[in-house]
Amino acid sequence: MSTAALDYTRELPVVEGSPTAAEVDATIAAPLDQFPSRMWWIIFSIALSFFSIGVFCIGMTLYKGLGLWGVNQPVSWGFDIVNFVFWVGIGHAGTLISAILFLLRQRWRTGIARFAEAMTIFAVMCAGLFPLLHTGREWLPMYLSPYPNQHGLWVNFTSPLLWDVFAVSTYFTVSLVFWYVGLIPDLATLRDRTTNKIKKVIYSLFSLGWRHSNRHWQHYERAYLILAGFATPLVLSVHTIVSFDFAVSVIPGWHTTIFPPYFVAGAVFSGFAMVQNVLIFVRQAFNLKHIITLDHLEKMNKVMILTGSMVGYAYAMEMFIAWYGGNQFERFVFLNRALGPYAWAYWTMVSCNVIFPQLFWFKKIRRSIPAMFIIGITVNIGMWFERFVIIVTSLSRDFLPSSWGHYTPTFYDVGILLGSFGLFFTLILIFVRVLPVVSISELKAVIEGGQPSKH
Amino acid sequence: MNEKHLFAVTALFDTPDEIIHAAHETTSAGYTRFDINTPYPVHGMDKAMGLKQSRLGVFALVFGLLGATSSVLFMTWVTLIDYPLVIGGKPFWSWPAFVPVAFEITVLLASVLSVVTMIVLYFKFPNNSHPLHDTPYMKKVSSNKFGICIQADDPTFNQKAVEEFLAKVGGKEIGPVFFDLEDLDHGQHIFDPKFIGVLALTAILVSGGTYFTFNKLLYMEPFSWMSAQAKLKAQRPSDLFTDGIGMRRPVEGTVARGFLPYPFKGKPDEAAKNLVNPLLPTKEVIDRGKTKFLTYCSPCHGNFARGDSRLAGQFPNPPTLHSDKVRNWPDGSIYHVITEGQNVMPSYASQISRDDRWAIIQYIRVLQRAHNAKESDLK
Ligand code: HEC
Repeated sequence: MSTAALDYTRELPVVEGSPTAAEVDATIAAPLDQFPSRMWWIIFSIALSFFSIGVFCIGMTLYKGLGLWGVNQPVSWGFDIVNFVFWVGIGHAGTLISAILFLLRQRWRTGIARFAEAMTIFAVMCAGLFPLLHTGREWLPMYLSPYPNQHGLWVNFTSPLLWDVFAVSTYFTVSLVFWYVGLIPDLATLRDRTTNKIKKVIYSLFSLGWRHSNRHWQHYERAYLILAGFATPLVLSVHTIVSFDFAVSVIPGWHTTIFPPYFVAGAVFSGFAMVQNVLIFVRQAFNLKHIITLDHLEKMNKVMILTGSMVGYAYAMEMFIAWYGGNQFERFVFLNRALGPYAWAYWTMVSCNVIFPQLFWFKKIRRSIPAMFIIGITVNIGMWFERFVIIVTSLSRDFLPSSWGHYTPTFYDVGILLGSFGLFFTLILIFVRVLPVVSISELKAVIEGGQPSKH
Repeated sequence: MNEKHLFAVTALFDTPDEIIHAAHETTSAGYTRFDINTPYPVHGMDKAMGLKQSRLGVFALVFGLLGATSSVLFMTWVTLIDYPLVIGGKPFWSWPAFVPVAFEITVLLASVLSVVTMIVLYFKFPNNSHPLHDTPYMKKVSSNKFGICIQADDPTFNQKAVEEFLAKVGGKEIGPVFFDLEDLDHGQHIFDPKFIGVLALTAILVSGGTYFTFNKLLYMEPFSWMSAQAKLKAQRPSDLFTDGIGMRRPVEGTVARGFLPYPFKGKPDEAAKNLVNPLLPTKEVIDRGKTKFLTYCSPCHGNFARGDSRLAGQFPNPPTLHSDKVRNWPDGSIYHVITEGQNVMPSYASQISRDDRWAIIQYIRVLQRAHNAKESDLK
């Protein structure tokens, strides 16, 4: 489809060309049946090497303690919390695509939903790693949960850090359930396709004996709707609660009411950038260009203009309120962000998040794969720096000049960050080889001729 | 027993329009025990099959309400009844702060339990031994065909009639599906040795793992409950100092508090002249003196200082302390004897602190007075 002939007033077909149901099966199941290509092994070993750097640094942290990190007093939240917020944010795109776009009946989500959901799960796994490491005693996480203990003590239900524990673990569980429910019919299809005995046993186990029965589809569709209905407020709540970790405190630069919507918009922004980046590779590698189409990528880019502009608005509004609010400390913190020792980070953030994504207003750029790929990467760099700026600048310059400090990450901080990317991509690479990256049953339902002509 | 039993008659269709039509016909023909199998949900099928709306939403509502009330009640019980704590000067029952957790628990219970209900209650899954599994019919409806399956337990079932009916509505590949009675063997398997073996192995692994984790692993480096710390410990060697000793020696001539050297070594007369008892004969001081006297002095001098030793001749009997000599001694002289010893009586300087020595002296004075009471004391 050429760019010029594009007609935005008409709903685009979800799938380009008109593949039959059998062709859909074959295309999507193909990567699961072949031995991985050379390219896959190369990328997999790179991801795995990054992951092992992380494993080494985490092992050292476990053995030696948090002294290996750059955190200090007063900057006691460093890369650990920056990475946590970053990864939780990445996860938001998946649920947004699978739940909110489902409720809004955006049929184009079909091609990308499964993949985005998987990404959510992996991103939340990466995110969960960091608060755990941050506690310094990773082997005692049960103290985070309200369990009856000999001390007779309970957790503090009024603390945002505790809300976080509940929000992130609920988010992870519900995303996993959502994802698994979506997978059941596909696993049954794979079960009936495969000729390999071992695979058959595994697929049979996990498809639970699904028979594609309409008496089941009926409840299944209802369950999907219920899950989407619950996941929608859930996804909005998660980053809201993460933002409470900051907004409920009294540190200048954190204590603001704009944080919840601003964090949610930022999360969706970075999540879409990540989904877009990875999908560009997936559709290329597995011949899914007609299923994950350029139109889908373009729609994601449009979401990025919207959320990017919301984030830009939030930056401007923070500055404005710092001046208009008349609080000396607030004013200082924001001037310090833009002009102080971390000004380089601030301006990286502004240019990556506010300026570059605006290029998506041009249709040429929005539909050019290399251009959108680069902008997607800058968005993620920018969003990572946003969390860095919020956390580090505020902590390093709070009320008392005598207790000001400076934060410099160490080798181990950087190593664990690289390791989390390694973990993320390792999981993604395994996922694309062992499970269908596009929902087979959902896709069949939207191909041409997939539904009765009148109903 | 390998006898085949008829489970159902199945037929396949190529397009969604055909299957919707077939479903309509089947319902109007009065069949009730039948099912439609399609690779994806086909719109309008519920109506064609005459299915009632799914009631899963009711379950979701109940589970959601359960989550909301149970979490709010639990937090209320914790903060009001079980362990009230003032946090940030707020009231014990700070309900706005409960909203996030209550919300998360609501969503968690509602979504997870609804899915579990659907799978267990409605689908009766996991079940991999349904007669339709592994049939050519299943393989096709799982990919691109639409199938109908009229079961043999339908009240109006008659194989011939059903096959004819299916052919009439346009079905292809019409055929029966059988099942083995053996497959339906739902007998007890609890005492199967394999099952018991798995149970035993799980029990051993879980309890062994738990024992190892809580009693061994958590006491090893680096999990050792913070007992391993990078700090100097008294009496332990350390590489930090060149002499390899962790503890430092005090500077030459340092005197610890309360350990000034005794100035009247070998000079009982000066001790008698210069030393003054710093303690007053209060009840506490006398009680303390009594305890110390009974501990340190009574074995030789007797419980009442009468010189009646309990040592039964194993040690020279000491003199009574009620002699005129001792009664007229100033406190300093007794102090000197305790500190330095006298002839065979050893020094008690290392066992008894200075204050305790003075307390003992006060007690000896009490004993002396009691043993030599004057007439006037009785008045
Ligand atoms: C091991 C036994 C022993 C103990 C215990 C002992 N004494 Fe003596 N004490 C003696 C003997 C023996 C003499 C006599 C020494 C001598 O021949 O001059 C003596 C002498 C004395 C005298 C001098 C009496 C005199 O007439 O010269 C005093 C006063 C005295 N003891 C007080 C004490 C006090 C107070 C204690 C408790 C802190 C104490 N002693 C514990 C054995 C003991």
